[in-house]
Amino acid sequence: MRKLSYLKNVATLTVDEARCTGCGACLEVCPHEVLRMNGRRVQIQDKDACMECGACSRNCPAGAISVQVGVGCAAAVINGMLGRSGAGCCCSIDPDNPSSQGPRCC
Amino acid sequence: MTEQDSTGKKVNMQGVFPMAPVSSCSPESPHPEMMPARLDQPFAEGFMESPSGRIPRVSPSLRTEDRIGTIKARIGVGRMVYTVDPGLYALGEPDRNSPVLVTANYKMSFDSLRGALLGRSAWILVLDTKGINVWCAAGKGTFGTEELVLRIAAVGLKNIVEHKDIILPQLGAPGVAAHLVKKLSGFRVHYGPIRAHDLPAYLDAGMKATRQMRTKTFSLKERAVLIPIELVGTLRTAAIIIPIMFLVSGFLGSKDFVPNLLKDGVFTAAAVLSAVFAGAVLTPLLLPYLPGRAFSVKGFSAGFFTALLLLFLRGIDMGSLHGVLGGSAWVLMMSAVSAYLAMNFTGASTYTSLSGVKKEMRWALPVQIGAGISGICLWLLSGFFA
Ligand code: SF4
Ligand code: SF4
Repeated sequence: MRKLSYLKNVATLTVDEARCTGCGACLEVCPHEVLRMNGRRVQIQDKDACMECGACSRNCPAGAISVQVGVGCAAAVINGMLGRSGAGCCCSIDPDNPSSQGPRCC
Repeated sequence: MTEQDSTGKKVNMQGVFPMAPVSSCSPESPHPEMMPARLDQPFAEGFMESPSGRIPRVSPSLRTEDRIGTIKARIGVGRMVYTVDPGLYALGEPDRNSPVLVTANYKMSFDSLRGALLGRSAWILVLDTKGINVWCAAGKGTFGTEELVLRIAAVGLKNIVEHKDIILPQLGAPGVAAHLVKKLSGFRVHYGPIRAHDLPAYLDAGMKATRQMRTKTFSLKERAVLIPIELVGTLRTAAIIIPIMFLVSGFLGSKDFVPNLLKDGVFTAAAVLSAVFAGAVLTPLLLPYLPGRAFSVKGFSAGFFTALLLLFLRGIDMGSLHGVLGGSAWVLMMSAVSAYLAMNFTGASTYTSLSGVKKEMRWALPVQIGAGISGICLWLLSGFFA
């Protein structure tokens, strides 16, 4: 199967190489092999594959990675625009009131 | 203990100890969610004595009820509460050296974990994610550092096992800061494979995951299981729209109301259902092969070609103005519906970023609305040339 890739040049991921200690925690958690180790510093190798999940920045002890975290879900964005929560997609469920949700997809 | 937020300003890192429980659904007592898991849950098979009291025991082989529950959850029926109690569970006959695996209290997450561990013993630590799966809960932070640290303390994990290792699914990483968990609880987080069925290999390799275990795929099978839930939701809406359009088509044809209904009305219903099929079934199935990167583009082409095929099968008369208007109307409407449904599949996919989805929607949503409305106008207009 071809590797699926989404829109180019939109991901908000940045790495501050000066702060990176080379611990490798971020490489382990990234589900899309976005980062790679270049010597003892981490580099971005495939920015367009980044889904902005924030696993890398959350697990970086040095605070070297920053990314605007979000869920890439159109239904959630539409619900947000309409001022509603819930319904449609899995990750847009209101966790405090799970019984009010619509379909959950994953 | 700060982290850069999106605007670049320093924010206090969520999940730092000590802190009140996150939950806003516990107004009465401070820690109701820290109760031990109940022994009488239907899937539990007895219990085990431990320094922290009785722990429900579960088996790695799923029963028919568990499998039916998964199917129901997939198609979206009767799933209001599909949860297990948060807390500690014994899988098989675990001892003080057995691995500790952490998961969410969504029953499907719990079942896929234990189902993958046939013939093994382990401790399963279930976090309170309000019945949401690991990935979505991690994004919201309910599968998070704070809940994990509090839960480790609540079940007295340090009295249950001798070691200090806990295994989390890799997809929980967006919510959990491994280095903070270590600092706050003493337990070291190991991120296990993405797919539960890789767990035996991961455990046998001494908690080492291969690259392939760490990469999220979106295979045909993974896409296919997501179809029913999307389809059921969409068909609910279609059930309202189809009767209305069916009746309207009675006024648009060249004959009387009832013959029109039989001819054009039936076609209308078929066209709406085909558009739903194109957007909610064909697009997910053919995702890697459809042109474009944006989901709307993929869905638009699926809808466009489905419309052409349908019009061809119907043998539409492109010589008359009625036929041309009606034909173009259906191409526009069906492409728009399919594009919209495809766009909503971004939420179920495993590689779309929020920045990307927002960028796509900025142009795609107006195009879909425009195509849909002009399609409806052309369709109504075609009635005047019947
Ligand atoms: S945000 Fe997620 S997908 Fe992007 S680089 Fe970090 S871990 Fe990888
Ligand atoms: S987690 Fe942070 S410090 Fe460690 S390798 Fe990645 S960027 Fe560098």
